[in-house]
Amino acid sequence: MKNFSNRYIYTFSVIMVVLVALLLSFAAQLLKPFQDKNIEVEKKQNILASIRITSTVADAVQLYDKYIVDSYVVNNKGEKVEGVAFKVDVKAEQGKPADKRVLPVFVGKLDNGTLTTVVPLRGKGLWGPIWGYISFEPDMNTIYGAVFDHQGETPGLGAEITTDWYKEMYREKKIFSDSVTFCSVTTYKGGAKKGDVHGVDAISGSTITSKGVEAMLQDCLEQYKQFFITNKK
Amino acid sequence: MSLFSKKNIELLKKPLNLDNPVTIQVLGICSALAVTVKLKPALVMGLSVMVVTAFSNLVISLMRNSIPPRIRIIVQLVVVATMVILVDQLLRAFVYDVSKQLSVYVGLIITNCIIMGRLEAYAMANKPWPSFLDGIGNGIGYAVILVAVAFMRELFGSGTLFGYKVLPKALFDAGYINNGMMIMPTMALILVGVIIWIQKSYNKELIDKD
Repeated sequence: MKNFSNRYIYTFSVIMVVLVALLLSFAAQLLKPFQDKNIEVEKKQNILASIRITSTVADAVQLYDKYIVDSYVVNNKGEKVEGVAFKVDVKAEQGKPADKRVLPVFVGKLDNGTLTTVVPLRGKGLWGPIWGYISFEPDMNTIYGAVFDHQGETPGLGAEITTDWYKEMYREKKIFSDSVTFCSVTTYKGGAKKGDVHGVDAISGSTITSKGVEAMLQDCLEQYKQFFITNKK
Repeated sequence: MSLFSKKNIELLKKPLNLDNPVTIQVLGICSALAVTVKLKPALVMGLSVMVVTAFSNLVISLMRNSIPPRIRIIVQLVVVATMVILVDQLLRAFVYDVSKQLSVYVGLIITNCIIMGRLEAYAMANKPWPSFLDGIGNGIGYAVILVAVAFMRELFGSGTLFGYKVLPKALFDAGYINNGMMIMPTMALILVGVIIWIQKSYNKELIDKD
């Protein structure tokens, strides 16, 4: 085996590290526009999915412009404030005190002319963050559609929250038990009672993810409570 | 020497059976348990590992005479980590949905024992082209086992293949239910065990003499 001097080892390490750093930052810069575009398209697809519009990567931007007719930002008293809804970082907002947060609202106009209200969700699953979008009928109480996504829930278990059967359970559920009392949607292990408009089934084998969705709905929607009450039709 | 001489072909073929990284060298078991619930992530994981093994083998082999032995493990890690980050960035830019499915497991390729194992055992002592082939061969050997395990787990655990329902509804009506055990990591280990058993009973030379 060849003998290498200490000077050689140090020089070798320094050059290697600098080269690798250059290569990686170059690649990151080069690929960033593509990655940002993917994230934007995905967000638009999710918002569309929450008002039950299926889109592909190719037509998402176009469909978004067609169906999402308005978007604005409110505070937790339900008053409109300055801001661009699409640019709001929900994760960063959740780190602020409740009265300082800005809450994005998207308005989707369906083919039959009905205006639905879409709000973003973000919470914790078992292994990492879960998020989604949920849309309401004009009464601001009945769920029109919901879509969920996750970072690293277990495939086949917690990751099932992205499947159609799970999302469809939320349709027609109501989040207010009377005109002013917010009760959210509760997850039941072993299945919700038939006809329960405030309850859905948990996923067997992934109680923590299911409970995470429940907590996410509770926490995120509660912030909009005043907005929902003042704007219902 | 031709590019695909008999010896080089052997490098590609051996890891598929007689020197399989998962079933014979028993490397990379951890990720074989984690990403084999569904076929698609298993396949992409297999391909990503193949790319990383092949190219880090190539790079390390090119550098093998200038790497100081005292810091060789660090150098290998830096090369592997660079490759993995590049693969991750490329997946994010061009196959975003797959990259989301694999999530943390792409990063975990860095800790996949097969890669370090091949770098130490092969690339440090061999020429670039055979090293590259060795990487491809071992990557395929790993992917084959992953796909085989994921096939069984998705079929019997969820009744689907690549997300498509393959078991007829009549079967479920007749009382068949998906086996929840298949979704648990334990079953991956048992399936790998069964594969080793079958493989060894076909290849008598693999049986340990005791």
